[in-house]
Amino acid sequence: MANIVEMPKLGFDMAEGTLAKWVKSENEPIEKGEILAEIETDKATVEVESSYAGIVLKHLVDEGTAMPVGTPIAVVADEGEEVDLDAIVKEANAESEPPAEEEKAETSPEPAAKEVVENQSDSEFIKASPLAKRIAEDKGLNLSTIKGTGPGGRIVKRDVEKAAQSQSRSAISTTPKAQITPGVDEEIKISNLRKAIGSRLTESRQSVPHFYITSMYDVGEMLKTRKQLNEGLPKDERVSVNDFIIRAVALALRDFPNLNASLSGETLIRHGDINVGVAVAVDNGLLTVVVKNADQKPLTQISQEANAMINRVKAGKVKNEDIEGSTFTISNLGMFNVEDFVAIINPPEAAILAIGSAKEIPVVVNGKLDIGWRMRATISADHRITDGAEAAEFMQHLELFMEQPWRLFA
Amino acid sequence: MNKKEYLDLYHQMVLIRRLEERAAELYQKGEIGGFLHLYIGQEAVSTGIVAARQPRDQVITAYRDHGLAINVGIPANEVMAELLGKATGISKGKGGSMHMADIDKNFYGGHAIVGAHLPIATGLALSNHMQQNDAVTIAMFGDGATNIGFFHEAINMAMTWKLPVLWVCENNRYGMGTSTERASAVSDIIQKACGYGMQAYDVDGMDVIAVKEMVTERLADIRGGSGPQFLEVCTYRFRGHSMGDPERYRSKSEVKKFIEKGPIDKFRKYLFKEKIATEDELDEIGAQVANEIEESVKFAQESPEPADEALFEHIYVEPVGGA
Amino acid sequence: MAVITMREAISQALWEEMERDEKVFIQGEEVGVWGGTYAVTKGFLDHFGAERVRDTPIAEAAIVGSAIGAAMGGMRPVAELMTINFAFAAMDHIVNEAAKMHYMFGGQFRLPMVIRTPGGGGRQLAATHSQTPDAIFAHFPGLKVVAPGTPADAKGLLKEAIRIDDPVLFIENATVYQQKGEVPDGDFTVPIGKSKVQREGQHVTVVAYSKMVPYSMQAADILAKEGIEIEIVDLRSLRPLDMDPVVASFKKTNRAVIAEEGWRSFGVGSEVAARIYEEAFDYVDAPIQRVAQKEVPLPYNARLEQLALPQVEDIVKAVREVLR
Repeated sequence: MANIVEMPKLGFDMAEGTLAKWVKSENEPIEKGEILAEIETDKATVEVESSYAGIVLKHLVDEGTAMPVGTPIAVVADEGEEVDLDAIVKEANAESEPPAEEEKAETSPEPAAKEVVENQSDSEFIKASPLAKRIAEDKGLNLSTIKGTGPGGRIVKRDVEKAAQSQSRSAISTTPKAQITPGVDEEIKISNLRKAIGSRLTESRQSVPHFYITSMYDVGEMLKTRKQLNEGLPKDERVSVNDFIIRAVALALRDFPNLNASLSGETLIRHGDINVGVAVAVDNGLLTVVVKNADQKPLTQISQEANAMINRVKAGKVKNEDIEGSTFTISNLGMFNVEDFVAIINPPEAAILAIGSAKEIPVVVNGKLDIGWRMRATISADHRITDGAEAAEFMQHLELFMEQPWRLFA
Repeated sequence: MNKKEYLDLYHQMVLIRRLEERAAELYQKGEIGGFLHLYIGQEAVSTGIVAARQPRDQVITAYRDHGLAINVGIPANEVMAELLGKATGISKGKGGSMHMADIDKNFYGGHAIVGAHLPIATGLALSNHMQQNDAVTIAMFGDGATNIGFFHEAINMAMTWKLPVLWVCENNRYGMGTSTERASAVSDIIQKACGYGMQAYDVDGMDVIAVKEMVTERLADIRGGSGPQFLEVCTYRFRGHSMGDPERYRSKSEVKKFIEKGPIDKFRKYLFKEKIATEDELDEIGAQVANEIEESVKFAQESPEPADEALFEHIYVEPVGGA
Repeated sequence: MAVITMREAISQALWEEMERDEKVFIQGEEVGVWGGTYAVTKGFLDHFGAERVRDTPIAEAAIVGSAIGAAMGGMRPVAELMTINFAFAAMDHIVNEAAKMHYMFGGQFRLPMVIRTPGGGGRQLAATHSQTPDAIFAHFPGLKVVAPGTPADAKGLLKEAIRIDDPVLFIENATVYQQKGEVPDGDFTVPIGKSKVQREGQHVTVVAYSKMVPYSMQAADILAKEGIEIEIVDLRSLRPLDMDPVVASFKKTNRAVIAEEGWRSFGVGSEVAARIYEEAFDYVDAPIQRVAQKEVPLPYNARLEQLALPQVEDIVKAVREVLR
């Protein structure tokens, strides 16, 4: 039986997606669960698995094309099946006419019961031990890209760990930066992601009355504590300054519900969970990964989760839940030797905190000149929700957690 | 024996009879589950035995054990509650009809595997011997049990080691639905005992006084160092092997014949003849017993079920985490 | 510390407990005059006398049954069944009487009794005299089943078994009575229901008990030369079964081999493997390997017999297989 594959709905508010890359070419065989294509949404690039087994008979759209959710993108048929391609395509196109609203209902992922998978054999499933599967999931690795060296080609722990090592190596290497060729104008179509960022932040800038407060924190103790902590930890589990800041901000927010809030019309929603978003740079844009309930998790757990999510982002395998649900965002440009900067609020949040680098500078302590570690942080806050006094109090309260790291472990 | 003692024997037999009759009714109503083996017709046997024993003499029997339970002094309340599986039952609802017991009264239980309690009786007698406590173990079993291997191992070992045990065979002529003639090469049960060199006796199980006197003598002998002795008690059960027995293996006329010679009527006649008690006195005991049993039914029905946690209690004396 | 054999350890435990408590006595076939067919009770009759060292008729149901009665009546019997193959003749009394007494009478009776019995094959005694049916007895709640793998554990476990008020089946192995091991001096007991790591290692968890413990130790030496370090977890008790050290080890190594002398189907390994899968599913990196006796009645012929029984080499092979 020939099956039409449609542009899938990959997020609750996804309306359209771009077919970024075909993974399976035309006339290539495909198993159920194998990756068919990469789809770019305004949030991320996501791999899409095929719900059907057979041969990829036809690509119905070209790479790089954007289209609404529900648009037919490919035909998968049984091996050796005779298919009237034109008829199917025409029919599929006719079906895709209805407005986007209806499509949202129709294009929910195919329930497994509808599939009639013939010739089901062991080779359909990726053979991996439960342990290997778990490690792969934790590290955001795709089992189908890992070679198994266990009996019968089973993927086992050593295979996943090997893949993780080479993955992190490649993640570190940056994509070659663009350079200006003298005299040559280059025209590039803006990516979906860039478009989405652009429209969201323009709206934020135009409609939200921002105000800004800068504070400077003595992070000497924080850096010392981090060093001590990391001495006892293996290399890939070390805690970063950003992890400290996530927890510090989360604990400080407990006493400032207005800053952990969103405005919806005339209703202020003070969120019950403190989910701290962390801005992460990606090619052509920015993603915010979210550490949920950061005030309730120990530092090491925050670190593990943040690392895992950042790795997934860099590998292009971010999960929806990684980037949703933020109630307060942190943007840290400290690694670029930035003194301080001002960030634009991530709507609909009430505020965003911009972190500069920690530097050793001359300071005055008890009337004497000394050297100390200082870091500047600037909060951008929404004046419809809060005001200067409250935001300043927050920044002052944050001092406790930035300068007395023992509070992060209490 | 004085009058009080006679009346006490009568009271016990009537109590057992009434309890068993009531239990049969409750079983048919579905309030008692599993198997129910009634002692009706055999009341004189356990009554006579317990009347003869010293409190330190252990009694152990098979599954037809309600009579013995009453005789050793377990209140009817706790017997009835056990039948209904309640937490207030003598075995806390964990044993049921076939597994009544009371260690304080040296009643080592009703047991359900035919003959399996006999080696255990040998062991009880062994413990008496080793502790030199002058106690005798009284092991009761049916005619059917004399054919199983456990019986032979048990009496052989007891005899070889000369242990203080009285083997009491309640020969009610049928092992479940098979008569002794059809099941045993030698159906004259006493002869089996002689095969082990044991002193063996028989007695009319319908005569409570005869049973008491016989058992008294046997116990005195054994306490005196005679070694194990065997007593065949000729008796009969008026109802089936257990509830639901269609009784195809015996005629109604045979049953009727034995009912007419039953132990309670026989004892009543004896008490009248010897002018020990009047009909009114005995009827009054009967009325008391009827009340007592009704109270016990009420007590049992109103008693609480065992808690869910009771399922996991008493598996071990020393529970260990795991398994 | 002294180095003694398994036989000496068991013998010492019995002797010391009989000295300690006059309620403790032993009974069984040939335990008195003969001194025990495995010489465990040699010298006991002369020292403790015929009342407390009882030669019984050949009547297993009575041996176990009378031990039950004696225990209920206040004594602390240690009954011996000459081999575990004869336990079947006392099956009702072991699993249907002893295991149930405390429970079905609402906790009134205590059975402070021990049944000692050796099992195992390898001496050309043929099918009916060579079995390891431990798993069958471990199936029944109400019974405690222990099977020590070292002389120290044998001595401590037997003392513990005699001292507690529950019925214990104490399973020895007929071919390892000469096995030597270090045993602490003085009085000591080993708790029933606790497994023990006998050897640490980071690559594979080997779960074993009884004779498979010394076998696993030998396998460990062979594998160590190849750079493979196995961790040996000795169950010591089959019921209650202590999985905590097994699971902790498995979470470390992610691979396990279970070794037993009994048959594979419905054996101890089946239970241990099921529990590992239940309690540590996400740590499983390879299917669990079971080393056990081949599914045949044991033959008389010496070579065939050894082919059927699990050997040190089988454990080594299983470890290599699970590491693939």
